[in-house]
Amino acid sequence: MNAIDPVMGAKAEVKQNLEVADNQVTVGSCFTDAPKMTMRNVNVFYDDKQAIHNVSVDIAKNEVIAMIGPSGCGKSTFLRSLNRMNDTVESCRVEGEICMDGENLYAPKLDVVELRARVGMVFQKPNPFPKSIYDNVAYGPKIHGLADTRVDLDEIVEDSLRKASLWEEVKERLHQSGTGLSGGQQQRLCIARAIAVSPEVILMDEPCSALDPIATAKIEELIEELSQNFTIAIVTHSMQQAARVSHRTAYFHLGRLIEVNPTEQVFTMPEHELTEAYITGRFG
Amino acid sequence: MTKPVNTPVNNLEKIRKSLGRRNRSEHLFRWYGRLAILIGLAAVTVLFTDIVSKGHGAFRISYMQLEVEYDQDLIGVDNLTDPEQLILGNWQAVPKQALRQQFPDVSGRSDKRKLYGLVSNGSGFDLKDRLLANPLLLGTRETVWILADDDIDTYYKSWLDGEPYAARLSDKQVQWISELHDQGKIRLQFNSNLFTRGDSREPEQAGIRGAVMGSLFTLLLTLMLSFPIGVAAAIYLEEFAPKNGWTDFIEVNINNLAAVPSIIFGLLGLAIFINFFHVPRSVPIVGGLVLTLMTLPTIIITSRAAIKSVPPSIREAALGMGASKYQMVLHHVLPLALPGMLTGAIIGMAQALGESAPLLMIGMVAFIVDIPGGFSDPATVLPVQIFLWADSPERAFIEKTSAAIMVLLSFLIVMNTSAVWLRKRLERRW
Repeated sequence: MNAIDPVMGAKAEVKQNLEVADNQVTVGSCFTDAPKMTMRNVNVFYDDKQAIHNVSVDIAKNEVIAMIGPSGCGKSTFLRSLNRMNDTVESCRVEGEICMDGENLYAPKLDVVELRARVGMVFQKPNPFPKSIYDNVAYGPKIHGLADTRVDLDEIVEDSLRKASLWEEVKERLHQSGTGLSGGQQQRLCIARAIAVSPEVILMDEPCSALDPIATAKIEELIEELSQNFTIAIVTHSMQQAARVSHRTAYFHLGRLIEVNPTEQVFTMPEHELTEAYITGRFG
Repeated sequence: MTKPVNTPVNNLEKIRKSLGRRNRSEHLFRWYGRLAILIGLAAVTVLFTDIVSKGHGAFRISYMQLEVEYDQDLIGVDNLTDPEQLILGNWQAVPKQALRQQFPDVSGRSDKRKLYGLVSNGSGFDLKDRLLANPLLLGTRETVWILADDDIDTYYKSWLDGEPYAARLSDKQVQWISELHDQGKIRLQFNSNLFTRGDSREPEQAGIRGAVMGSLFTLLLTLMLSFPIGVAAAIYLEEFAPKNGWTDFIEVNINNLAAVPSIIFGLLGLAIFINFFHVPRSVPIVGGLVLTLMTLPTIIITSRAAIKSVPPSIREAALGMGASKYQMVLHHVLPLALPGMLTGAIIGMAQALGESAPLLMIGMVAFIVDIPGGFSDPATVLPVQIFLWADSPERAFIEKTSAAIMVLLSFLIVMNTSAVWLRKRLERRW
């Protein structure tokens, strides 16, 4: 046999240390003084399989929090439980407390329609409706009855497209198909669609993973602008992206929240050895 | 360490060796495919050629030219507004008298009967209709083209084709026809009766209008019932129903129902709609109900497939925007699934249009002369009409049967083409 590949060897070595204890405690600064959303002891199950173990964390108002971690670590599952998109998965069960402005999102009397109007979502793959650009953005305001007149609606559409820095590119062809745009434009259209109902929080599930670097750069720039008005939670595979756009970074590992700290600290002097192993590229 | 089996050189040799065999089998497979298509096309060609060659004759029918006199005494009618006189009038006497005048030297009871047999026994009523449309004709003479009897028509057509079929005619009748032909007083005309009349025991008077209207009413009811019910069931099962043992059970049963022989649905309809609910027999209502039961599984299955093919990302986008499930279905899933649903519905309708077995069980096989005017008038449908005509002894019904098949096939082709067209049209590829 050949000699052991040094990189492979290092990975194998780390793998032995990757097991996390059941009583794993999140290190770093999970909690903030003025939280927009608070999660306490959240467990998420798919049938009997537990995907999220005992996660407690706050999301501050107007902050951008990035969630990073290796594939299958549960970061998307966690994100989707914040606006109850997991409700659509029949086998999924959420335990614990997820609150926004002190209101429990899983309270029986809470209406998910209202919740999703307050917590918008942008998905991994751009998924504009097969309708015109205008109708895509106007859909949310229409179903929630936010615009009283056609003029109001026009205004909301223009404003949302401007905020998503798409207006200049599409103002001449508002009534053409949304799916005819390029991938990056489609994703910005989806962002415009999400902010058209003025949500308080925007969840982004790997919004740039299907985009080229230039389109990615535009979205990242946009996230920074949006953080002035919105609270944003973003799941990303790219550590560089997390470093560029977020204020705080949460590192997930095997369904557990390992570390939450200001982004700068996570990428320069991580507190936990698993975080360090991940950001230095020893596995992932 | 094991001995290396696959060196690059080794591999290349092996791959080259296998290439010939692989290419040969692919080549052979292509030819199997072409052969299969060829056999299919040949079968269709034979079928169509046979039907068209037998049926095209039915679109033309023999008429003979006679000079008729609307003699008041002969008919026994002097007032055309008196319904009783109209009923009692001896209308057939008019063509009979015209024939006697055309062939003055025919005498004897038997010969006269043969002479009168030249024209259709309904021709007197055709003349009556003509007279009623233009009352001033009463008491005058005019030259008209009168519908010939079906045996005469069969003979005349076969004689024109060079292979005379005179089995049902006497020598004298053959002689008279040849005389009329020489004088240009017999000819083939477009057979409008085929499209304007209902069924009849007399082939020359029989038409498919009744069956077409029956099919229309039956299918209309089937469509009105099965499309909404089928689509609603499909949407519920696909989008709203919890996934559990019950829905699995329902799904299995729907798939089974699609495979149940159609005559069973006829028996079901007989037992439930006619014997239990006392819906009248032979009417489009009960036919439509039975065909609804039969097409529902098809529509549900195709609609579910259409709903399933809507990308989940669209649903997520709608739900993520805060649309309720109902809004998600109505605004996004339904418009995208509609082309598929419509295609399924049209194919289901085409299947229902061609169905005869279940309708035999509920009495839509009756001999009905009147053209149905609504859902509750006794009626028959096109495939059953074909069945009835194919069963009739008169030779002239052979071409009529094929002609009715041609009409049915063209309806089916139109429906299936429109299904393709609709799908292309509605499938908005954004």
